[in-house]
Amino acid sequence: FPGLADVSISQDIPVEGEITVPVGSHSPDEDYSTLDEPVKDTIMRDLKAVGKKFVHVMYPKKSSALLRDWDLWGPLVLCVSLALMLQGGSADSKDDGGPQFAEVFVIIWFGAVVITLNSKLLGGTISFFQSLCVLGYCVMPLTVAMLVCRLVLLAGAGTVSFIIRLIVVGAMFGWSTLASTAFLADSQPPNRKALVVYPIFLFYFVISWMILTFTPQ
Amino acid sequence: QGGGSAVIDMENMDDTSGSSFEDMGEMHQRMKEEEEEEAEGEAGAGEEEDGEFLGMKGLRGQLGRQVADQMWQVGKRQASRAFSLYANIDILRPYFDVEPVQVRARLLESMIPVKMINFPQKIAGELYGPLMLVFTLVAILLHGMKTSDTIIREGTLMGTAIGTCFGYWLGVSSFMYFLAYLCNAQITMVQMLSLLGYGLFGHCITLFVTYNIHFHSLFYIFWLVVGGLSTLRMVAVLVSRTVGHTQRLILCGTLAALHMLFLLYLHFAYHKVVEGILDTLEGPNMPPFQRVARDIPLVSNAVLNTTAKAIALTL
Repeated sequence: FPGLADVSISQDIPVEGEITVPVGSHSPDEDYSTLDEPVKDTIMRDLKAVGKKFVHVMYPKKSSALLRDWDLWGPLVLCVSLALMLQGGSADSKDDGGPQFAEVFVIIWFGAVVITLNSKLLGGTISFFQSLCVLGYCVMPLTVAMLVCRLVLLAGAGTVSFIIRLIVVGAMFGWSTLASTAFLADSQPPNRKALVVYPIFLFYFVISWMILTFTPQ
Repeated sequence: QGGGSAVIDMENMDDTSGSSFEDMGEMHQRMKEEEEEEAEGEAGAGEEEDGEFLGMKGLRGQLGRQVADQMWQVGKRQASRAFSLYANIDILRPYFDVEPVQVRARLLESMIPVKMINFPQKIAGELYGPLMLVFTLVAILLHGMKTSDTIIREGTLMGTAIGTCFGYWLGVSSFMYFLAYLCNAQITMVQMLSLLGYGLFGHCITLFVTYNIHFHSLFYIFWLVVGGLSTLRMVAVLVSRTVGHTQRLILCGTLAALHMLFLLYLHFAYHKVVEGILDTLEGPNMPPFQRVARDIPLVSNAVLNTTAKAIALTL
């Protein structure tokens, strides 16, 4: 490279100049401004984000808003409400009130973690918490199904109510699985989608089964 | 950031332009303290060890800070390297590298015993299929327990199901791997896990059918046929990888016994009622199967006795 032969800096001439960092990002200012804003604004912003994600689950389009700003508030609320509603639904309620709640909690979170690890191991491009977020939000149709089941059971517990409950839970189970598949399967190589969908199917199947076999005392 | 060298750069000793507020604050504090100490030192005895420029104390302060800094950097680098080495799930990634077609093929193959036992059979060291099968078995067990109104007093249904299935898969695999090591069989731990995991496919099918259709004879037929086929496959693969008659006998006998007994245990302990079994065996006027809530720990001995009786009577 002949052109580089005459590029040299002599040792005794100090190299000097100015380095300016372009102040394009206003993040320090933003931090201060979100610290100074009233608490109501912070809470409303978070609530709006959670609400937007719920709407995304109801109409699962392939948008990336659910994935980009993940949060775990929605899954926590859904999980706790589902666990509370499923509690006290066994024959001996004074023994099994506690474990029922813990069971549901552990199943949901442990199952979500396992599915996330599985999709990461199969070569997925989605991050750990994004996947947890999606799986948690997609429990929402099943929570709605649980509410409906409880209402139907208030009316009576015969064969007709069982058929109604079966249809409702089945529909919601399909919706949950489709919604989470729409978000998660895209991040996989195309020929391995079935490998990721199966654990999700099993996970929501177990939750649906717990909802369907719930009988209040 | 240096390349981890332990040489302290003495040129930077006198660089007092702190790069952060803390450093400037520290520097100010130290200079104030040194001024006070120097004032006291001059007022008191003059036993300074070395020089009087910004003091040996100043130098030691700088030195100490630099050493502490270096040690912090090195420690942080080592910790992050160890973390990325051991807590990396990429260690498991090669075992999950499968296609759906392969999984389906292996599931079907697990029911077909191989004929060629003189040539070591290939076992795919894959963990996706076995893991999914174990979870499916957990789901089926849960279904069985719920439909028979099993109540577990110390623990939860889910905990028991997960504990049983994973305990079987991991525990029996480890035990068989240990036996294989003793008997000089050529099989690795991952292959053992994979083999046993795929053998659970037979269990899943059997339990799925018999938890829903409650005929004892149907269960025994499934137990023999489906359980037997998957056992034969596992046994054949193990035999092809072991040399010597005694070793083959030990390995295969243990595996067959554990596999078949596990299926028996799963069916009887988690679904059928003890009183129903006794009635079927003893009286012609048997009442319909009664579902009674019972305690798992108290009943397990009774179940084992009854099972032994049942087997003895049917043979």
